[in-house]
Amino acid sequence: MIKSAQGFYETFERREPGTKATHFCPGCGHGIIHKLIAEAIADLGLQDRAVFVSPVGCAAFCYYYFDTGNVAGPHGRASAVATGISRALPDKVVIAYQGDGDLGAIGFNNAFQAANRGEKFACFFVNNSIFAMTGGQMAPTTLPGQKTTTTPFGRDVVKAGYPLKISEVFNQLEAPVYIERVSVADTKRIMQAKKAVRKALEIQRDGKGYAFVEFLSQCPTNWRMDALQAADFVTNEMEKVFPLGCLRDRSDMPAPAPKPIPQKTLGDLFHSSGNGKEAKLDESFREKKFKFSGFGGQGILSLGLVIAEAAGSAGRFVSWFPSYGPEQRGGSASCSVVISGREVGSPTVDNPDVLVAMNQPSLEKFLPTVRPGGTLVYEASIPLTMPVPSGVKVYAFPAMKVAAENGVPKAANTALLGALTALGLHGLPEPEILAALDASFAAKPALVEKNRKVYKAAFAWAKENLG
Amino acid sequence: MRAFVKGNEAVTIGAVYAGCDVYFGYPITPASDIAHAAADYFPQLGKEFLQAECETGAINMIFGAASTGKLAMTASSGPGISLMQEGMSYLSGAQLPAVIVNVMRVGPGLGNIGPEQGDYNQAVKGGGHGNYRTIVLAPASVQEMCDLTIKAFQMAYKYRNPAVVLADAVLGQMMEFLTYPDQVWARPETADWAVHGDAGTRKNLITSIYLDPDLMEEHNWQLQRKFETMNADAMAKAYKVDDADIVLTGYGTSARIARSAVDALRDEGIKAGLFRPQTLSPFPTDQLNRAVRDRPILVVELSNGQYRDDVKLHLEGCNEIGLLNRMGGNLMQVDEVVAKAKSMLKGAN
Repeated sequence: MIKSAQGFYETFERREPGTKATHFCPGCGHGIIHKLIAEAIADLGLQDRAVFVSPVGCAAFCYYYFDTGNVAGPHGRASAVATGISRALPDKVVIAYQGDGDLGAIGFNNAFQAANRGEKFACFFVNNSIFAMTGGQMAPTTLPGQKTTTTPFGRDVVKAGYPLKISEVFNQLEAPVYIERVSVADTKRIMQAKKAVRKALEIQRDGKGYAFVEFLSQCPTNWRMDALQAADFVTNEMEKVFPLGCLRDRSDMPAPAPKPIPQKTLGDLFHSSGNGKEAKLDESFREKKFKFSGFGGQGILSLGLVIAEAAGSAGRFVSWFPSYGPEQRGGSASCSVVISGREVGSPTVDNPDVLVAMNQPSLEKFLPTVRPGGTLVYEASIPLTMPVPSGVKVYAFPAMKVAAENGVPKAANTALLGALTALGLHGLPEPEILAALDASFAAKPALVEKNRKVYKAAFAWAKENLG
Repeated sequence: MRAFVKGNEAVTIGAVYAGCDVYFGYPITPASDIAHAAADYFPQLGKEFLQAECETGAINMIFGAASTGKLAMTASSGPGISLMQEGMSYLSGAQLPAVIVNVMRVGPGLGNIGPEQGDYNQAVKGGGHGNYRTIVLAPASVQEMCDLTIKAFQMAYKYRNPAVVLADAVLGQMMEFLTYPDQVWARPETADWAVHGDAGTRKNLITSIYLDPDLMEEHNWQLQRKFETMNADAMAKAYKVDDADIVLTGYGTSARIARSAVDALRDEGIKAGLFRPQTLSPFPTDQLNRAVRDRPILVVELSNGQYRDDVKLHLEGCNEIGLLNRMGGNLMQVDEVVAKAKSMLKGAN
């Protein structure tokens, strides 16, 4: 009697309690491969470090055999599941076991991308050139001319493609440490397979990276052969298409180290994130709604942000909502700001109290929406060619000119801020506005004073010409 | 600590304070800022961030990480969330905790990247296969994007089930002041079920397969009993409902618009109130019935009546129910909601 491997459970409960036989068909290669892996896990002392990921297919019941931590996920996703385990438990030994439908068809991208990232797990890939558990359908690895239940006339490569040589494909990638194709068709080949399994697991034990072993394996049941014919088919037919051998072995090289990232605490990351006061309920404060609009790049969104930040510092409830998506790159951009004495309801502004328009399309789009009693402030160089809704106050303010004359042509938004303060349109205390303006240049301190100058000049201009 | 932040970033901040260990995700508008913030914060805090090859990959990486007892999350929007449904069914079947954030965009199909709430049924009824439910939380502010993300982790661990944070494009993109949590959540011990890759958990098995019909049925009954117990954690907010003549209801961005409408109606002397679920699954049935009693209800939603249907399902009375809904990325204006509420009240007189 053949001794059971140490890495296996004493009995296999899949069929019935107490049995020592596997659930695999006579002559199937899976049992041999299972045993090689179980032996290596035990020999290398990995049982208490290992997590084994079962596939979906004939080998779906790996967890009935392998005496390790066990996880069974969806069809095709063992490499993604193994990635998640390995990333969560970087010091553990993770094993993914997949068949050719599982890895080669539905889960190919997950397996390929995991290999390309050099994920730290061993991927054992069993190629028996057929979907076995689901009833003998064509797999990506089915040989040309091979009859299956979905290629009853034989695989026609013109219509159904060629056998997918996974090992050769993965060998195009930079990251894998080890790639070898082996066979379990006879004793000599099984001995080589045993070495390959061991190597793949040693690479995991040593944390070196991704290891891939492809097993050519026999499926007498679905091939409609006996065990000996099936073994011959592997050696005489499959090996022609899938030559055996080691395609890559970089196991003697040191594991590549990721670029170190300086570590921080939550305090380091977030303590500079402002210290605004809690907003205070003030039912007497009439909610104010703003729409800031113009071309992307004119600083329209940050103008809204400065006012929103200032409103928060002043103890108001406030929301800021941008237009977003493709239109923000190159075209018009806008944002809505709501300042309130109570929790803000809708953050969108249908009918603004104050509309700031920095370009023609925005002016035309939003002017008709300004509520009666509201105000329009627009860039003076834009021609105002449409009727102004009744009851709307209009200010033409040369924001671009004031900004340019004061040394910062890009600061038209800061100039507008000065004008809004001068005209009393945001209703917020000036110290909060200036603090928020300064803070918006925290990353570029040289611009703080320059923008203050633009702000003051704009304030003065608006007081003198519009006030 | 208080700062002006984007809703999507608040989700990541919430995840950090929940103690989330790993983030796996694939970019999609309007959810990508969640990944941007995770890619920035997680590695600096010794946590793991990985941009997956696709959403199918991401949800199965979550499955793997959750199997180890680690706190795992992903975020996406409509099409990406659809791709994750199989994985969510497996997570629920294998009783694994994880957080999936859906910043809803417009569907069906590619739709557009505007705000909509058309994924309600998918989230609440379980969009994948089999007899399962997800926990679904519905934030309506930047503060709740953070707080309910933390709550999602807590409920996911309490019930060992995936939890969805169901937000929308407005909540993801808007900014408000966020008060940061005081401390990181103290996570529960997981050695009794998770696979840690050590001697103590070597016997643990994570799977959703039960070939024996009796065992599978027993598993299903156990899941259903667990889902029943979740009802105790249903959460909702009522606003000015006590003396109301009409109760508006909605969740997320719709609830914010409805709240503005309630304030506008009250300013005109019309007694309106708002009922807003914070959990959509479990549905706050008792809270709803207490809030609305026998008064007319105006449902405000950014979808084709999916939420209205659930309100009907959970109502004990035969209240008059009105619906004001928009789709396509358009939002209803506050004035429209006010007018609809008035017309319902007029019809009642």
